Amino acid sequence: MTYIAKPRLHHPTLAKNGVGYTRRDYEGKVSTLCAGCGHDSVSAAIVQACWELDVEPHRVAKLSGIGCSSKTPDYFLGASHGFNTVHGRMPSVLTGANLANRELLYLGISGDGDSASIGLGQFAHSVRRGVRMVYIVENNGVYGLTKGQFSATADRGSKSKKGVVNNDSPVDLVGLALQLGATYVARGFSGDKAQLVPLIKGAMRHGGAAFIDVISPCVAFNNHPGSTRSYDQVREHNEAVNRIDFIDLAPEITAEPAPGEVLELPQADGSLMRLRKLHADYDPTDRVAALAQVLALQAAGEIATGLLYVEPQAGDLHAALNTVAAPLNGLGEAQLCPGGGVLAGINAGLR
Amino acid sequence: MKRLEAVNDFVVKFANVNGSGSASANELFAKAILRLGVPVSPRNIFPSNIQGLPTWYEVRVSERGWLGRRGGIDMMVAMNPQTWDQDVAEVESGGYLFYDSTRPLPASAFRDDVTVIGMPVTAICNATYEDARQRTLFKNIMVLGALAALMEIDTAVIESLFGEQYRGKERLLESNVRALQAGASFAREHLKPPIGLRVRRAATVGERIFVDGNTAAALGCVWGGATVCAWYPITPSSSVAEAFTAYCRKLRHDPATGQARYAVVQAEDEIASIGMVVGAGWNGARAFTATSGPGVSLMTEFIGLAYFAEIPVTIIDVQRGGPSTGMPTRTQQADLLSTAYASHGDTRHVMLLPQDPAECFEFSAAALDLADRLQTPVFVMTDLDIGMNQRLSAPFHWDEARRYDRGKVMSAEELEAGRDFGRYKDVDGDGIPWRTLPGTHPSLGAYFTRGTTRDAYARYSEAGPDYLYNVQRLLKKFATAAALVPAPEVRAAAKRSRLGVIYFGSTAPAMDEALEVLAESLIHLDAMRLRAYPFPASVAEFIEAHAHVFVVEQNRDAQMRTLLINELELDPAALTPVLHYDGTPITARFIAQAITRQVHALAVAPRREKAR
Repeated sequence: MTYIAKPRLHHPTLAKNGVGYTRRDYEGKVSTLCAGCGHDSVSAAIVQACWELDVEPHRVAKLSGIGCSSKTPDYFLGASHGFNTVHGRMPSVLTGANLANRELLYLGISGDGDSASIGLGQFAHSVRRGVRMVYIVENNGVYGLTKGQFSATADRGSKSKKGVVNNDSPVDLVGLALQLGATYVARGFSGDKAQLVPLIKGAMRHGGAAFIDVISPCVAFNNHPGSTRSYDQVREHNEAVNRIDFIDLAPEITAEPAPGEVLELPQADGSLMRLRKLHADYDPTDRVAALAQVLALQAAGEIATGLLYVEPQAGDLHAALNTVAAPLNGLGEAQLCPGGGVLAGINAGLR
Repeated sequence: MKRLEAVNDFVVKFANVNGSGSASANELFAKAILRLGVPVSPRNIFPSNIQGLPTWYEVRVSERGWLGRRGGIDMMVAMNPQTWDQDVAEVESGGYLFYDSTRPLPASAFRDDVTVIGMPVTAICNATYEDARQRTLFKNIMVLGALAALMEIDTAVIESLFGEQYRGKERLLESNVRALQAGASFAREHLKPPIGLRVRRAATVGERIFVDGNTAAALGCVWGGATVCAWYPITPSSSVAEAFTAYCRKLRHDPATGQARYAVVQAEDEIASIGMVVGAGWNGARAFTATSGPGVSLMTEFIGLAYFAEIPVTIIDVQRGGPSTGMPTRTQQADLLSTAYASHGDTRHVMLLPQDPAECFEFSAAALDLADRLQTPVFVMTDLDIGMNQRLSAPFHWDEARRYDRGKVMSAEELEAGRDFGRYKDVDGDGIPWRTLPGTHPSLGAYFTRGTTRDAYARYSEAGPDYLYNVQRLLKKFATAAALVPAPEVRAAAKRSRLGVIYFGSTAPAMDEALEVLAESLIHLDAMRLRAYPFPASVAEFIEAHAHVFVVEQNRDAQMRTLLINELELDPAALTPVLHYDGTPITARFIAQAITRQVHALAVAPRREKAR
């Protein structure tokens, strides 16, 4: 049903953001996912984050691999170019797209089947290279589109809908991202939009490789007792370590008072991120400590969520390659072709 | 014993151990002869190894300008004890064997039909130099000096090459000159020069340049406007990306800011390399990767995506011996079928077939244009023989008036003006649709790219008519490609002939010579050199116009012949295969013998009726 466009008629009272778009302008086609699927909540959170950040929809490129989650880019940002690539290979395509035009915002949407199995290598290397991107894995521990097989992130001992017990140790994408040098690592829950939207906004403002693991339950195949990715299980064990209060270029805006110490993190683009600590001893700017704390919570059966690690002034692949500020795809003969004279010189040197 | 006597027409082979610094001395030998105006054609024969294994450098000297491998060795410079027996055995009767006589060898180690020239070069070096590295390096230079004296090569030419190489490094220059002169004077005093193989100044090199095909392909990508290169190291293609990087460092930085107008990423594997190229091509940058057969195998899934989603991609395939890991350091033309039809489903891909460095340059730049124009993967099918050997070639040429062909990219203004945009719609009748680049217009022209089937407006559809429209249009686009790719070159025989021969790529220099050899023995053939796939109509016409057509290629299974039969719907009997596939470059001798044998067989066989 993806060919069915949503009605273009918008309610006149729908608020416009700073660049003149209503929230509806960030929507896409009607979702074909199951009713109640966590992934649709993630799509909604992306829409909300883009609208709130005044991102122009056509300045976003959305890329994905194969699977339920990878279908979702068709369901948001209808005015953006999208690319549904091949299984597990979204990171390399995104890297190339980013090299071609550094001015767009690159949104990579993947799932646990896509990124933790066939795509584990590309996930790792795109993170290592510091490609500026928002890499979201909609993680449900199960293969939905092929009807209920375990994925590589399924916890050891968890039970499938058919009662099969998973014996394999899970791939921990957050732990890997931390080790591989991601400069923004977060975990959210599709059932907590209030937490997720700011995490996505923070990632979009980030200057390097931003990775968000979103626990996104599969209502069809992994929402039963015995699953460790069901709505109930995740709600019960969700341990938020902090909350992003806001990210804005206008630092005078104050957040509503809330308990907890506030951490102010100036971003590379000049904006300020305010992070409210919910765990007093959790330091999201210390990679080693963050990894230890996330693992400790995991060992205690809890799921650490929030902004787990950030390097506020992070650089990216373009900085490492020292590429020109102008997009490479816009350069012409004058900038690229050394011309016949230089070639004659090269010929002379080869005689 | 009758000694071989030849001026400007012989083959010298150097047998060395790799990692011993012999490569640069060998290259100097070849370049010195070139500087004397005599064409040379050297070939590296090397193992997949860094240090300690045998390596050879075979130099053909040919005033007539034959650049193919000749076959047979007139002089062996045997510096590797490991391969002594095989090296000695390879020398033509009456030829020469130069060796390091520091350690005495029994008479049984030699042949009595070969002139043996011993020089105790290790002993001389050990007496002259303290440092072990210097002893090894200067040994090669001393041998070079001795060979120059033996063949009457003016050492001043080699000294001027040193001068260019060590500009500003006076001490190195001086010590090299000293080693060279030491070798030459030893030869003059003890080795009774000259030998029967001599070099005499000539003027048949002309304006030609001496360069390897990989460097040429890299330069083609620089001039052709490639901005993104993603690659993974694999022999024999690595030096394409390395040369691209090196030339970009010199030629592609913004003079004001020092920033790079290119991006090179060494990816984690070939799959990621092609993925990045697909991403960059989708986003409007000219992008390429360089690889070899095993890499193309890994890339096939993405190649299918780029074909079906219609994304410009340039792939330089420097072919090596297959299948599997095969012969990584030997040459073949054996990726033709797997490339032409790479990936699952019905696919067809454009291949360009360069014959030498000049065409590696030209075709790499052309591939970037064709990829943008056709919105599809374009392969430059070179091979190890062209790619990793320096070859005398026409100079590189760039027309200042030339503009990059960016293909059908719809602009924001055109969208704004209300032009209909159907991403997969054929509006011009050539099968090539229009595309938009991400970020072009706030509300118009965005579409969703996917490997699944879709309608002309890029909307997901598995409806039969939509699918048929799309794949039939792709066929039409492929027919358009046949008119855009480099056309074949035909060389008519001196006399009207019912015989034809089709060849391509690195076979060209051996073929040039074979045609002349065959003509001398009154076998006249019209020759067609294919320069690209898909084949234009002239290929079928050429085959139709001849009673017998040979297809000469460097693989076991006659892949080009299969491609011709399949694409042109020919009777297999119309094409006779001539196949060379032991990993060494094909020779004129091999071609001439194979064709002569076939022609003699045809002469006694009944004439084949032309199948209509």
